[in-house]
Amino acid sequence: MSEVSKVAYQVMWNRLISVVEEQAQALVRTAFSTSVREAGDLSAGAYNEAGEMLAQAVTGTPGHVNAMADAVPHFIRRIGRENMHEGDIYITNDPWEGTGHLHDITVVTPSFHHGALVGFFACTAHIVDIGGRGFGADANSVYEEGLYIPIMKFADKGEVDRTLVSIIRGNVREPDQLVGDVYALATCNEIGHRRLIDMMEEFALTDLNGISDFILTNSREATLARINALTPGEADGAMTIDGYDTPIDLKVRVFIEKDRVLCDWEGTSGLDKKGINVPLVYTKAYACYALKCAIAPEIPNNAASLAPFEIAAPENAIVNALHPAPVALRHVIGHMIPDTIYAALDTLLPDTVPAEGAGCLCNFQVSLRPRTDAPAPEDTVRSEVLTFNSGGSGARPTLDGMNATAFPSGVMTMPVEATEQVGPVIIWRKELRPDSGGAGRFRGGLGQYMEVGAREGHEFDIQAMFDRVDHPARGRQGGEQGAPTTIAQDDGTAMKGKGKQFVPHGRKVMMAFPGGAGYGDPAAREPADIERDLAGGYITAGFARDHYGIDQSQIDAVLARAKRGETF
Amino acid sequence: MADVTARLGVDIGGTFTDVVLEVDGELWSTKVLTTYAAPENAIIDGMHQVCAKASVDPARIGQIIHGTTLATNALIERRGAKTALVTTRGFRDVIEMRTESRFEQYDLNLRLPDPLLPRNRRYVVAERMEATGQVLTPLDRAEIETLADELRDAEYESIAVGLLHSYVNDTHERMIRDVLAERLPGVMVSLSCEVSPQMREYERFNTTIANAYIKPLMKNYLDRLQDRLKAEGANCPIFLMHSGGGIISIESAAEFPVRLVESGPAGGAVFAADIAARHGLEKVLSFDMGGTTAKICLIKDRTPKTARVFEVARTYRFKKGSGMPISIPVIDMVEIGAGGGSLAHVDVMNQIRVGPESAGSEPGPACYDQGGERPAVTDADLVLGKLDPDNFAGGSIKLNTAKSSDALTMHLGGKLDMDAMEAAWGVAEVVDENMANAARVHAVENGEDLSEYTMIAFGGAAPLHAARLCEKLGIDRCLIPVGAGVGSAIGFLRAPFSFEANRSIFMKVGDFDVQAVTTLFSEMESEARGFVRSCDAEAEILAEYKVYMRYSGQGWEIPISLTAEQAKTPDAATFLSLFEADYAKLFGRVVDGMDVEITVWSVNAFTPKAPVKLVAPVAPAAEVTATGQRVLFDPGIGQATDAKIALRGDFAPGTQITGPAIVTEDETTVILPTSRSIFAQLDGCLDMRIKGEKDNV
Repeated sequence: MSEVSKVAYQVMWNRLISVVEEQAQALVRTAFSTSVREAGDLSAGAYNEAGEMLAQAVTGTPGHVNAMADAVPHFIRRIGRENMHEGDIYITNDPWEGTGHLHDITVVTPSFHHGALVGFFACTAHIVDIGGRGFGADANSVYEEGLYIPIMKFADKGEVDRTLVSIIRGNVREPDQLVGDVYALATCNEIGHRRLIDMMEEFALTDLNGISDFILTNSREATLARINALTPGEADGAMTIDGYDTPIDLKVRVFIEKDRVLCDWEGTSGLDKKGINVPLVYTKAYACYALKCAIAPEIPNNAASLAPFEIAAPENAIVNALHPAPVALRHVIGHMIPDTIYAALDTLLPDTVPAEGAGCLCNFQVSLRPRTDAPAPEDTVRSEVLTFNSGGSGARPTLDGMNATAFPSGVMTMPVEATEQVGPVIIWRKELRPDSGGAGRFRGGLGQYMEVGAREGHEFDIQAMFDRVDHPARGRQGGEQGAPTTIAQDDGTAMKGKGKQFVPHGRKVMMAFPGGAGYGDPAAREPADIERDLAGGYITAGFARDHYGIDQSQIDAVLARAKRGETF
Repeated sequence: MADVTARLGVDIGGTFTDVVLEVDGELWSTKVLTTYAAPENAIIDGMHQVCAKASVDPARIGQIIHGTTLATNALIERRGAKTALVTTRGFRDVIEMRTESRFEQYDLNLRLPDPLLPRNRRYVVAERMEATGQVLTPLDRAEIETLADELRDAEYESIAVGLLHSYVNDTHERMIRDVLAERLPGVMVSLSCEVSPQMREYERFNTTIANAYIKPLMKNYLDRLQDRLKAEGANCPIFLMHSGGGIISIESAAEFPVRLVESGPAGGAVFAADIAARHGLEKVLSFDMGGTTAKICLIKDRTPKTARVFEVARTYRFKKGSGMPISIPVIDMVEIGAGGGSLAHVDVMNQIRVGPESAGSEPGPACYDQGGERPAVTDADLVLGKLDPDNFAGGSIKLNTAKSSDALTMHLGGKLDMDAMEAAWGVAEVVDENMANAARVHAVENGEDLSEYTMIAFGGAAPLHAARLCEKLGIDRCLIPVGAGVGSAIGFLRAPFSFEANRSIFMKVGDFDVQAVTTLFSEMESEARGFVRSCDAEAEILAEYKVYMRYSGQGWEIPISLTAEQAKTPDAATFLSLFEADYAKLFGRVVDGMDVEITVWSVNAFTPKAPVKLVAPVAPAAEVTATGQRVLFDPGIGQATDAKIALRGDFAPGTQITGPAIVTEDETTVILPTSRSIFAQLDGCLDMRIKGEKDNV
């Protein structure tokens, strides 16, 4: 074919998206980190020769959305094009030039075709351990959070840097897994590269300029068409959340203008002492994600479709933490960014965005060990167990919120049976939390109860990463707030929402994760929906009376029908 | 297998019920409309039709093999019985909380599918097992008795029991069944430790509930069917096709109806595997494309690839995660929302998108001229010259090319600055690319190189797209069998009796327990053999063994096949080296220093497949005489070309034709691009190869 046909461009764009999805699949299957395989905490992308992202896999976390788009230009700048050769593999875990914390390793591979650099592949995965204090918020600076790998060559013309591998091995707790993951990342890029070359041969391409223009032009025009169809304006959004020790104010001003949407975080709290600070690249990722969901959900992520969404923040605001701020748990704040932006969008784009939800994931890590208060039985062991859990999502303008479902993260929970195979932990309860969804014309999604203990003979520390203890999700348009997070031991001993805490032998931790808030006036809720909630026990009789004004005879009638197994 | 000369295969599909009678190796078939209210009526009707054709008395039928979409449809349409779940206290919402994730990241108005049972039909009892199987909280009989009374008052027809860790220790589930049997005689009970004894509570509970939910309906139907067939003179054993590609007794089917889900497509894969065997092919990609979906399956050594879990009733554009998981042994098929009726449109990025939305049969593609205004894949195929407007479906439907062109121009061409032909090319390329991508990903996931594969194409739309798919996938050879319209029903007749038993028991290779492994395999084998023996009192029964292994810390297991000897005298070193070999093949390298663990154990018992006679090589013969010629657009060369037209009926063994050509038959049309040629095998299969390679028969 002398000239590439329009139909060929259609096919090639399709193909590139399939290639990055395939790359991501390969990683999910080979990575060792729980958060990669259960939470989809990974990403893969294809880039043109200039380092512009052409396609990105849709994975479980939006946290890599822009970070990946920005990363490759950093690599080009740091390594230098003149030093790039066939067989090279580059690596970093720089939180500011990668994806926001040391626990994400990004690997970039240049793609050569007939001796010429034609593009790049990149992928990122959350790894099990990077040394330092371990995964948690307890560090006072990034230096305590683990090994830092600046942008550098992992392999030069096919030759792996043994010195680097030795340094990595010597600084982390699970060297085999980590080195295994780095190779898995490199393999994942290699798969993408081979498929790209197959495609270039099939369509007789010598470079990616044509297809790149086609993708970026169409994406830019589609995104701008969406933005320019909105009514221009500006509005403020604000939300206060628990933070580590002191509450954090998130403040944003959203500007809808011709050809761009800008989020300015002026007025937001400064850095926290602990590792919940957020590099700007991660703030951009969640902000863009929130805006794209509301404005251009079906346009895939690439350099052009992301460019019109601009993010600004003062230096060393908590959403623009500079080196050397501690950033390991940047997700706790990052997951709250969409709800803050939606407070502004609810004014600018009525009837589009949900009420506030649980926001950040309700994750915790349990470190189990033989009891130390008395002799431990022979068969006791030490073990680390990480779990991913979700509260309720906010009610939507025309739909209830989703029960125990992650938003904005796309995390998947692990089956309790699988978790209990990992170590001597016992999850005594994991079920929906009645009355936790905020009342409204549309109800907030329910949070969940979890009760966690250890097998006989064990004690444990629990590393809590919860927010919304003091700042539950707030409703919109008259909807009521969701229930806050609670945490305590089964004997009533109080516990904190964040940080590592000891749980003695025989005790359980009783947790209630937050519900989403309601949307619209509860008085406008359809009676049939209230009856269904009551029949299923999503709300109790008391809640139905207090929040929806249902009288006792009606309540009794519904509960009697529910007991007979009737459907509503 | 008993001495059976006449056998009947019956496949109840969404639109048609296919009936195939085989007498002494000869086949008669018919298609009758599915009779939803009483599906057995269509079977009786079809049976009489084929018996008449073959001049055989129904009494001579020695065996009826049946597959049906009724189980799947009951789940999709939520037409099951009034069902309750009894589960562990603290875990009432497992089927509602699912994986706590969203299957579509960017949709703020996402709706999660409703769980099969509403919350007030889910009951809890105080009890708890540890992951090791040790009892943490004993179950109190009095509590079950109280619950039983409550369940009786609510008049449930069927009860599912799913307790935590029952795959390791099932005593509490069995205790509940005993009490329910005493207190609620006549109410059907399904235990998770029997229906799907695998770790992962969401999948296991959901599978058990699905089983309970469709059990009364399926049992009732199977009883009626047996009575009707008897009344019509066919007093023979009836067997059911299951999702794993084998057949089980009608009693087992009534007890575990969830195993019947997806039995139709499984029959298609078995059909392709049988063709593969007859042609001595070791590696085959089966490609089945109909009106709304296409299905792809990898077949190796005559055996379709299987999986342990799949998803039914997807609610959101075929999106993974939008349906419900069923964990039973199943033939591993990739389903794509791409068929002749799939509709095309242009999205906001000026990209052509095809499917999964389908025009269905009403109004159908624009060319049916029944009011359909949007272009479907069939419209593109027509404009490209792949279909003859006057000879579609044996001439029964006259196609209107002008309507197709108008639809393509209006919905695609105008936006993309393309004429109808170029738009049609775009639609065909996008749908073929979607299928090719799915096949590539599936092959990569299984560590397979498709260039070593032969395609077998069947279903109404497959032969129209098979050649282009082969070009895209680098597949050199494709067989298009006869009888492809009733492929699933023929497949039923080729399936062995089989039953696969699975268990989830975690074991690190470092802590390998020879005694436990030996006992486990032996228990599972006798369970699986028991089911097969109930189908046939005398047949030889074989068994195959598999374990699923991974590095500790990974979440994805790979299946490792064991020989009988490796399973019966197990040792850790052998298991490890088998795992490492397969891991290296799949992922390119092994990981040093990591512990390896076994998560799932599986034994499949089956009767030996009937020996097949290899199709003898055929001597090359003359070129088939073309009956005409028309313009065909060939995407492989990116331009239109003059193609010969030939009738499939004119292909005597060995005769051939070179592309570009079009071979027509009543049920479908075979498109032969410039790159390929075709000749007829002795069994009537059309054998499509890259030009110049046909001598390598």
